[in-house]
Amino acid sequence: MKKTHIIILVLIAAAIVVLISYTGDLTTYETIESARQKEGKFVNLIAKLDKTQPLEYDAVKNPNYLTFTAVDTLGNSIKVVYHNNKPTDMEKSERLVLKGKIQGDHFECKDILLKCPSKYKDDPKAMQQQPEMNKEVSN
Amino acid sequence: MQYLGEHLLPGQAGHFFAVLSLVASLIATIAYFKASRIHLENEKAGWVRMARIAFLVETISVLAMFGILYYIISNHLFEYKYAYNHSDRSLQMEYLLSCFWEGQEGSFMLWSFWHCVLGWVLIWRAKAWEAGVMTVMSFAQFALATMLLGLYIFGVKIGSSPFVLLRNEFDWPILERPDYLSLIKDGTGLNTLLQNYWMVIHPPILFLGFASTIVPFAYAIAGLMSKKHEWVKPSLPWASFSAAVLGTGIMMGAAWAYESLSFGGYWAWDPVENASLVPWLTLIAGLHTNLIYRHSGYSLRPTYFFYIITFSLILYSTFLTRSGVLGDTSVHAFTDLGMNTQLLLFVLVFFVPALFLYFKNYKAIPSIHKEENTYSREFWMFIGSLVLFLSGMVIIAKTSTPVFNKLFGTNIAPPEDPEFAHNQIQIFVAIIIGLLTALTQYLKYKDTPKRFFGKNIWMPTLVAVLISLSISFFGEVAYDKKGPGFLFAIHLAIFAAVYAVVANASYIFLGLKGKLKAAGASVAHVGFGLVLVGILISSAKKTVLSWNTTGVTPLRQEDAKERGNPAGNPAENITLFKGVATDMGRYMVTYVKDTLNERDRKRYYEIKFKAKQGDDSFSLYPDVIKNNKGMEGFAANPAAKHYWHKDIFAYITSFQENSTEDTTSFTNREISVGDTLFYSNGLLILNKVSVNPTEQAGLYQQGETALFLDIAVLSKDGRRYTATPGIAVTGNEFRPIPDTVTAQSLILKFNKVKDEKKGLLEIGIKESGAITDLITLKVYEFPMINVLWLGIVVMVTGFVMSIIQRNRQSKNTLKVAS
Repeated sequence: MKKTHIIILVLIAAAIVVLISYTGDLTTYETIESARQKEGKFVNLIAKLDKTQPLEYDAVKNPNYLTFTAVDTLGNSIKVVYHNNKPTDMEKSERLVLKGKIQGDHFECKDILLKCPSKYKDDPKAMQQQPEMNKEVSN
Repeated sequence: MQYLGEHLLPGQAGHFFAVLSLVASLIATIAYFKASRIHLENEKAGWVRMARIAFLVETISVLAMFGILYYIISNHLFEYKYAYNHSDRSLQMEYLLSCFWEGQEGSFMLWSFWHCVLGWVLIWRAKAWEAGVMTVMSFAQFALATMLLGLYIFGVKIGSSPFVLLRNEFDWPILERPDYLSLIKDGTGLNTLLQNYWMVIHPPILFLGFASTIVPFAYAIAGLMSKKHEWVKPSLPWASFSAAVLGTGIMMGAAWAYESLSFGGYWAWDPVENASLVPWLTLIAGLHTNLIYRHSGYSLRPTYFFYIITFSLILYSTFLTRSGVLGDTSVHAFTDLGMNTQLLLFVLVFFVPALFLYFKNYKAIPSIHKEENTYSREFWMFIGSLVLFLSGMVIIAKTSTPVFNKLFGTNIAPPEDPEFAHNQIQIFVAIIIGLLTALTQYLKYKDTPKRFFGKNIWMPTLVAVLISLSISFFGEVAYDKKGPGFLFAIHLAIFAAVYAVVANASYIFLGLKGKLKAAGASVAHVGFGLVLVGILISSAKKTVLSWNTTGVTPLRQEDAKERGNPAGNPAENITLFKGVATDMGRYMVTYVKDTLNERDRKRYYEIKFKAKQGDDSFSLYPDVIKNNKGMEGFAANPAAKHYWHKDIFAYITSFQENSTEDTTSFTNREISVGDTLFYSNGLLILNKVSVNPTEQAGLYQQGETALFLDIAVLSKDGRRYTATPGIAVTGNEFRPIPDTVTAQSLILKFNKVKDEKKGLLEIGIKESGAITDLITLKVYEFPMINVLWLGIVVMVTGFVMSIIQRNRQSKNTLKVAS
C-alpha cells in the first residue's frame, strides 16, 4: 500500500470522526411541551410571540433585558427572558426560533431568529410584509 | 378588458427573448456537441459556425432581457411584479441594479450574462477545445434559460419569469379595475439591507466567480468525452482566475456583512457563506493538483474529480440558498419560489453525468504507479489539496443538516454554539494548511536535495518563530473562553499563518532569486497567510467595548474573565441619552445628535468617543434606515473608526425618540448643604454652593454675581449624575440658570436664597413626563482586521500575476513549437 493511500485513509477517517462527533453537539427543534421535558438542555424552540401578553423592554432601565411570552402551535405558552436588545420587527414576526434552555418557570434565551411573513396575502397592505430575506438580529 | 396606462410591450419583448434564449442555447449545445464529435475539418467548421451564430443569438437575448428588466425597474413600471416587489420610486439610482439581485430571476440573469462573457473569451482563445468546452457552457445556458421561462408545460411550471404582470399574479379586487395602475402609486421597495454600496458590486463579482467555475469543469468534461488530457494547460489560468474572483466575491460579502449587517462581524459560518466558501476550497484543491500534473504527471485523476466537484458544489449551493430549505438556519437565503424540483434537477443534470463519465473513464485516465517521493513538492501539495477538500466536505455536511431533515423527516438543529463547532475543526485545518503553505515551496518537484531544503528553510523558520512568539507573548491573545486547548491551537495556528507569510515572502528571494515575474504563487500564498493571520487575531481578540457599566442589571457576572468575551455574554448594549456623556470602559461616549438624510432616507447618529486617557477623540456615524418593506422596525448600519491596527465598530440596536409634549411644572423645595431630597426616580444631594465658579464661567457675564449649586443626582438604578443649577445676580435682578439631567428627564432650578443664616435655599424641581431621546449601542473592537483585508488584496494580486505568467508561458511555447 502506498503511503499516499494511507494518508488519504487516515484523513478521511479523521473527517468522518469529526462529523460523528459533530452529531453529539447537534440540538433539536422542540415545542414548548417537549422542551419542558428537557429542562436545562439547549434546544431550539419554535414558537411565536403572544401578542396578548405584554412585551417588556425598557432601554432606560436596562438595555439588555427583554421578556415576553411565547406561544407554540399546540397552544402552550412560556415566559421568555432574553438578555439582549429587542430585535427589530419582533412584533411583526410570524414565527420565532428561540435558542436557549428552559430554566425553572421560564425559557432562558440566548439567541432569537425571526421569521418575517413571506407569503403574499390577498390584500395589498398585508402583502407589503414580504421580505425576500429572512432577518436575524442576534448578538 | 382594457387596462389603462399599462406598458405591455417591454414584457412581451422580455418573454420573447426568454424563449429565444432557450431555443438558441439549445441549438448551440447541439451544434457544439456535433462539432466536438466530428474530426473532418470542413464539416466540423460548419457546425462550429452554426453554434457560434446560435451563441450570438443567445448572448443578444440575454442582454436584451437584462436591458428590458432595467428599463422596467428604472421607469417604475409597477404593472410588472418584479418592479413592484423589488423597487420603489424613492430608490437612489445606484441601487436600481441591486433590485436585480434581490430576486432570484434577476440573479439568474446575471449568472447567464457572465456565462455569455466567458463564452466569448473561450470562443476567442480555446482553439481546439472550443467545441467540447462550449458544449458544456451552452448546455448550462440552456439550463439557466429554463429558470427564467415561467411557462406551464404539461401542467408543470418551468422557471419563473421576471416579466410577469402584477394583475396576472395576484387576485386582489383592485387589480380587476381598469384603472388599477393609478391606485398603485409605489412599489414595495428594496430590502434595506441591500441598500449598501457593497451590494451593488458584491453580487456581480460573486456571480462572475460562480460562473467562471464552469470553465475548468467544462474542460474536464470535454477531456473525458474526447479522452484527451491536454486541457490541463489552458485550465490553469482559468482556475486561477476563478479562484481570485470567487475569493474576492466571498470576501466582499464578508465586508458587506461587516459594514451593513448587524450581526457584528465579517463571518458567521452562515449556511449561505459556507455554500460559497466550500466550492472555493475544492477549486483551490483542483488548482494545486492541476499544477502537480503539469509538473510531475501525478494527480490527473484528482484534478478531474476536484473540478467536477467544484462546479457541482456551486450548483448545490444554488439549491441551498434558493430553495428555501435553509429557512430556519440562515440569515439571508432567498425565499422559496416553488422551483425546488427544478433547482434539484439543475444540480443533478450536471453532477450525475459528470460523475458517470468520470468513473467510466477512470481507468483510462493516465496515472503513475510509482509512489511519490516524500521529499517532493507534489507529495505535500497533494496532501494539502486533500485536506482542503475534506475540510470543505466537513463544512458542507454540517451546513446540509436542513436538507437531511427534509429527506429523513428528522428535526436536527444547529449546535448551541454553531460558530465554535466550525472553528474547533477548521483551526486544525488552518494549522496544517499554514504549515504546508510555508514548507512546500521549498521542495522541488520529483525530488529535493536535502541540503538545498535545509540550507534555505532555517532562516524563514527562525524569523517566523520569533514573530509568532512575540505575538503570543506580547499580543495578549487570551481567548480562554473555550478552554486552554483551543487557545493553544490558536497560538499554533498563528505560528503556522505567520510561517506561511514569512516563508513565502523569503522564497521570492531564496528560491526565485527575486524574479518577481515568476512569483505569482508566492505572492498569493503570502496573501493567504495574511488572511489567516488577520482572521485569527481579529477573531480571537475581538472585544466588546459597550460593556454595560452604567446600570445595575439583573445580570451578575460570575466570572470577571467572562467580560471580554462577546458571544457568551449578553450585556453588550449600552444605553446613551442624548447629550449625556456616558462611561464606556476606555471611552466616554456621547450621543450628540441625529439627522435624517433625505436622499438616502437614513437617520445618522453622531456618537462622540473621547478616550479617558490620552487625547484620542473621534465621532462615529452609525445609521438606521426605516424598513421600507412595510415593516415597523428599522435596519441598522454599523460605522467603524479605522486605525491601522484596529477598528472600533459600533451599531445602534434600538432607539427612542421624544415626542410627548412637556406639560409639567416646577415644584419648589427647600434644601441646605448636605440635605437629601427625593424625586420620583431617586434622590438629590446638595454637595456645596460656590460663588462665581470658574467651571461655569461661560454661563454668567462679567459684573454678575453667580451662585451655583453642586447637586448629585442618584437614580434608583444606581446611576449617578451631577447637576449645577445656578443663579446670576446683578443688583436686584435675578436670572436663574437651570440645569437638566436629561437621562432622568429632570430639570433643576435654583430659585433663591431663603435664609442666609441657616443656609436655607429654594430649588425648583421639574420632572418632565416625556422620555428623552435615547439609543442603545453595541461597540466592538476588531484588532488587526486590516491584515485580513490587506491579505485578500495581496492574494488576488498573486493570482493575477500567475495568470499573466501562465499566459506568457503558453505564448512562448507556441513560438518554440512553430
